[in-house]
Amino acid sequence: MEAIEKIKEVAAQAVPGAKLEIINSTPAAQQPALLVDRDHIYAVAKFLKEDPRFQMDFCSCVTGVDYLQKADNPGFIEVVYHLYSVAQKHGPIILKVRAPRELDQCRVPSLTSLWRGAEFQEREAYDLYGVRFDSHPDLRRILMWDEFTDHPMRKDYVPPADYEWEPTPHHDTLERTVQVGGITPPTAREELEKARKK
Amino acid sequence: MAVDEGLRSELQKQGIFVLPFEQLYNWGRKSSIWPLQFGLACCAIEMIASAAARYDLARFGAEVFRATPRQADLMIVAGTVTKKMAPLVVRLYNQMPEPKYCIAMGACAISGGPFKDGYNVLKGIDRYIPVDVHIPGCPPRPEALIHAIMTLQRKIANQHLETENRLRWYDKNAETEFPIPSYGDHDLQPPANCEVWQPPRSYRDVTLDEVKKA
Amino acid sequence: MIQPLTEEKQFTRTPGSEGLIETQTLEVSIGPQHPSTHGVFRMDCVLDGETVVALKPVMGYLHRNHEQLAERMAWLGSMPYTDRLDYLNSMSNNWAYALAVEKLAGIKVPEHAEYLRVIMSELTRILNHSCVIGFMLQDLGAWGTPLLYAFRERERILDLFEAVSGSRMMCNYMRFGGVRVDMTSKDLAVAKNIVSRFPRFLDEFEMLLTGNEVLLARMQRIGILPKELAINASISGPMARASGVEYDVRKIDEYGVYGRLDFRVPVGNVGDVYDRYYIRVLEMRESIKILQQALHDIPAGPHVAPEVKLRNFKIPPGDGYGRIEAPKGELGFYLVSDEGGKQPYRYHVRPPSFINLTTLEDMCLGHKVADVVIILGSIDIVLGEVDR
Ligand code: SF4
Repeated sequence: MEAIEKIKEVAAQAVPGAKLEIINSTPAAQQPALLVDRDHIYAVAKFLKEDPRFQMDFCSCVTGVDYLQKADNPGFIEVVYHLYSVAQKHGPIILKVRAPRELDQCRVPSLTSLWRGAEFQEREAYDLYGVRFDSHPDLRRILMWDEFTDHPMRKDYVPPADYEWEPTPHHDTLERTVQVGGITPPTAREELEKARKK
Repeated sequence: MAVDEGLRSELQKQGIFVLPFEQLYNWGRKSSIWPLQFGLACCAIEMIASAAARYDLARFGAEVFRATPRQADLMIVAGTVTKKMAPLVVRLYNQMPEPKYCIAMGACAISGGPFKDGYNVLKGIDRYIPVDVHIPGCPPRPEALIHAIMTLQRKIANQHLETENRLRWYDKNAETEFPIPSYGDHDLQPPANCEVWQPPRSYRDVTLDEVKKA
Repeated sequence: MIQPLTEEKQFTRTPGSEGLIETQTLEVSIGPQHPSTHGVFRMDCVLDGETVVALKPVMGYLHRNHEQLAERMAWLGSMPYTDRLDYLNSMSNNWAYALAVEKLAGIKVPEHAEYLRVIMSELTRILNHSCVIGFMLQDLGAWGTPLLYAFRERERILDLFEAVSGSRMMCNYMRFGGVRVDMTSKDLAVAKNIVSRFPRFLDEFEMLLTGNEVLLARMQRIGILPKELAINASISGPMARASGVEYDVRKIDEYGVYGRLDFRVPVGNVGDVYDRYYIRVLEMRESIKILQQALHDIPAGPHVAPEVKLRNFKIPPGDGYGRIEAPKGELGFYLVSDEGGKQPYRYHVRPPSFINLTTLEDMCLGHKVADVVIILGSIDIVLGEVDR
């Protein structure tokens, strides 16, 4: 398969106006990815699927990644698509698309109409990261219950305070329990006081 | 009521068994525990393995796995109870007829186990229903499950039909249903049923002398 | 007094009137506690009579936050957690994770270790496939026998796993750059013994099942998955191959030493439940071939790359994706490392059985409700992996 630079060039020709950028993986993994802007991800994906040179007919893995705010960027949610070709037995081509972290603006176009295989995985990314996939046929929570309001895989998610204090040799569990307002036992002192009052 | 021990053993040699009714009754109950066929996670595979040929749970009269709670005596909570699943587990337990027992199999069912820190994992099924036997292990070996069944059988054999500490369901107003938690915005509501579960106590902040004085 | 129905009053359906009588559809929720949903899986079916007209899978009842927990601990810390993903096949899960990490860090695995990995994961494959066929037939109503046979074989393999790794199910056997402990010559002899006995078990299994008329009637032309849909819906593993998709990661990526081993990839042509059953039988036979070669060729050498240190293991920033052909399909790990690199910043599992469920509705539509359970059984799901 062609190098990523070539793919970028071809895709830029086929989809005019698309902003493409190459993002490198770890040096050893050698899996550079193509970052596409939100408005053109569908067209680029469609091109990669239908072009006879690539024929990316197998959308293997879809996932979200939450990048928190850093000095040089405001933070974003990234959706990563790993595409392979069953017909030509090559791959992967990795597409990335970014959306702001704010829940109301965190939208990207859904690629389920191109690959059915993305259906559940996009639902999962919605459930865990709060990415809204526009024109997804059935965007509901998939893992958590429907009444749940958070998106638990976000890095700033606060888990519910249902820890209990445990008799461990360390008291930090107790401290953490108190911190998050979890379930703490009545201490023996309190019980003693009660007994004394009686 | 009391039969002379010597007489009883003499009679036994002749093939005559003299028993209090209670013992006979408990013997019947303990030798035919029907578990609910209900696996939650990895531990369920070991549960199946212990019912399979090699470990053969049938030797203990507990091989009739029933698919419906209405015919089961024993719920083996085999696996991680997630918060999404917890209300259903409680409901299944409620649907079982009395007398009913519960074995928490594996670290997960006891306390959340390796997944305790998760946002969707219930930290032990004993937060909502009373558990009779806990089996540690991840997963417990089939022998451990067999041991738990034997422990439960011992427990059943020692239960009384009358007197003060008779079985729970012989009381007219006995509670046989446990409140089912509901799905909340962030967590289950309530996070624990305090009637059946209390967090462990801390005795760190008092000295022994103080306790003795009080 | 109740009058007996006269001849004319009796309800008869004139031929050709089927479909004219309007009946209400019925919504049935199968699961999460149901003996044939393989754990805590739920299906919301809409039935017209007995025919399925809509079906929505509902999952998440075993969502154990595996990914979030892994993001909180060091790279090696999640190795035991991968055992609990697909709890029938802990060895191949270990391998997938180790492979992904090795890819990110650029670790080369010694040959001896690669062979050990192949042996372990192929043993896992035959274990998984025989158990799955047992479970599937259990759903069909073949109560007990095939499952007990499968579990009998499983115990033999588990004894070996226990001798090698210390645990029956949760082996936690692989490490970055190799495996945790070497197999002794005694273990290898046990493995050889298992491998030499297994074909006999398979013959016995097949004599009972393949060609059994009841099975043919219940499984053939049920739950057909067309090839195009299988590719489009990212179906992988035996299920895709039953539909005629010739795609096996062992052949494509040639990870480990699979490039050197001689085996074929069986492919079905109808894509029904029966094909999915039979593909698994054939795959077990291929696995036996692989195992024989691997046990024969295994070279001497270190069982773990000596330069990999397990404490303070770090990975340079960046991401990467590693995948293997697990018994259930393509199992992949997408890992992101950031500054520091001591623990994964993002850890994502591409679970084959979760994605293979995508087409459950398409396969079930138009079939009877009793067929739903065997279609589900033929997909081969393990809930630990579906929900993670
Ligand atoms: S205790 Fe271990 S084996 Fe059992 S369900 Fe929990 S993680 Fe799985």
